[in-house]
Amino acid sequence: MTESARDRSGSSLRSGAGVAGAIGWIAPGVLWLLLFLGIPSVLLLALAFATRGSYGEILWTPTFHNFKKLAGFGIFGWSSDYLWITARTLWIALATTLACIMVAYPIALFVAARQPRWRSFWLLVLMIPFCTNLVVRTYGWQLVFSLVGKSAIYPGPLAVYIGMISSNLSFAVLPIYTSVERIDWSIAEAARDLYGSRWTVFRHGILPQTIPGLAVAAIITFIPCLGMFVVPDLLGGGRYLLLGNLIQQQFGPSRDFPFGAALSLTLIIATLIALRLYRRPAEEAGL
Amino acid sequence: MTRAATSHVNGVVTAVGVALLYLPLLAVAVLSFNRSRFGVGWQGFTIDWYARVLHDEVVMRSAWNTLLLAVGSTALSTLLGTMLALGIARYRWPRRIEHALATLIHLPIVTPDIIFAAALVVAFRALRALTGLFELGLETMIIAHVTFQISFVALVVRARLETIGPEIEEAARDLYAGTFDLVTKILLPLIRPGIVAGALLAFTLSLDDFVISFFTSGPDSVTLPIYIFSSLKRGISPEIHAISTIIFTVTAMLAVALQSLTRKCET
Repeated sequence: MTESARDRSGSSLRSGAGVAGAIGWIAPGVLWLLLFLGIPSVLLLALAFATRGSYGEILWTPTFHNFKKLAGFGIFGWSSDYLWITARTLWIALATTLACIMVAYPIALFVAARQPRWRSFWLLVLMIPFCTNLVVRTYGWQLVFSLVGKSAIYPGPLAVYIGMISSNLSFAVLPIYTSVERIDWSIAEAARDLYGSRWTVFRHGILPQTIPGLAVAAIITFIPCLGMFVVPDLLGGGRYLLLGNLIQQQFGPSRDFPFGAALSLTLIIATLIALRLYRRPAEEAGL
Repeated sequence: MTRAATSHVNGVVTAVGVALLYLPLLAVAVLSFNRSRFGVGWQGFTIDWYARVLHDEVVMRSAWNTLLLAVGSTALSTLLGTMLALGIARYRWPRRIEHALATLIHLPIVTPDIIFAAALVVAFRALRALTGLFELGLETMIIAHVTFQISFVALVVRARLETIGPEIEEAARDLYAGTFDLVTKILLPLIRPGIVAGALLAFTLSLDDFVISFFTSGPDSVTLPIYIFSSLKRGISPEIHAISTIIFTVTAMLAVALQSLTRKCET
């Protein structure tokens, strides 16, 4: 909100109802969010430094046990499994984000070039699968792959990649479309008039104007990718685990909440680093 | 000159993108009308699977749970989210508090859903130890859904509130309207499109969710997505195709409604 909008909209309840009234309006929602998300998140962080007792109970003696386990030190000696899964999660999230952006950018240009009334039609076409339950979409891919014939694709890494791109594509399209729609085409035309090659026109006349949209697209595609567990579960055939699958196992069948919390903390740190990196281009673009 | 060639490339990529999005849904829909019980080979058209699904008690109970969950959580989150938006937008909070509120509201949106689900599981376990309540089931699922829906409702309603100038409120104040009258007779009717859009979005999000429901559900609160997910472990079946196609159709209708409503909001 801009300063003037704040000034305009902020005054009335203040004069009439005062602080107590305003607090009354926000209290239920704020308390709800604190009770079910704020405090539990802090608890989750603390839990990462606890351990699981032999009956699944939680022992609150501070320890780095879970992180040692994550680094591969177990009762059977060192194994690289968890580190490998963590690296794979980061890699697949990055690869999916890049692939989504590369497909989403031309789509955004395509939609923005339509007549105004067709644009909303195309946006709807792109949004409907996105609103459909992820389980339904992913299981649809199982069918597609079996229709093609049980080949080397499914179950396996390639199937997971296709599923990940398909399920996150819409995330990338919307923000890119929003900034493509605002492009000042006169800059691109000026570049063209100066005999810029097609690439130069794009590189210097179009791309810089869409950096904010690209940054948003990257971040909102990357974050859900990091925590994905449905797609690798249904399309990877249990052989292509990601952090999301490990977390689900700890909170589900294994009942090892502390280790699950440590894995969650790893994921949160990756998310925060991503958000930090995102700030930079966003700030440069004046967001 | 180059514009035509470029737009050609854009068109081709768009076709690929649309295929990536719709191929799986198309496969499910087509196979839901396939007579074959096993495998994916086409053996003729039938609507038997839909009839069978409608008479399947477990499926119908899951459908009922899905609906209860979506309606219950939407009602609650619409109320809380709208109040939150009103309270934030119509009072000039100190900058630090305003910043804290914005962070709190955006927290459910930027948190990966699996972390969100894990935090809720931890919360319910702690609350269960403290109170003896919060056994995993439909109630905990409703709480979980409300927790992520509040933010979306609040943001949509706030966007609508910002389009309303202060003149209207000032006029009402000048005519000695109390806060209650001001909110119920002036503000609520004006922001109603925003509230309806927020509620519809919350409803769609509830239907769309799997991860958070899966973590916070109990043995008696199976919803359709959870039912499908656990059935898949036993292999695919035509009934699942039919259920999925119904879910997709309902979602598509909701998306159309949501878009036409949002457009109405903007004008």
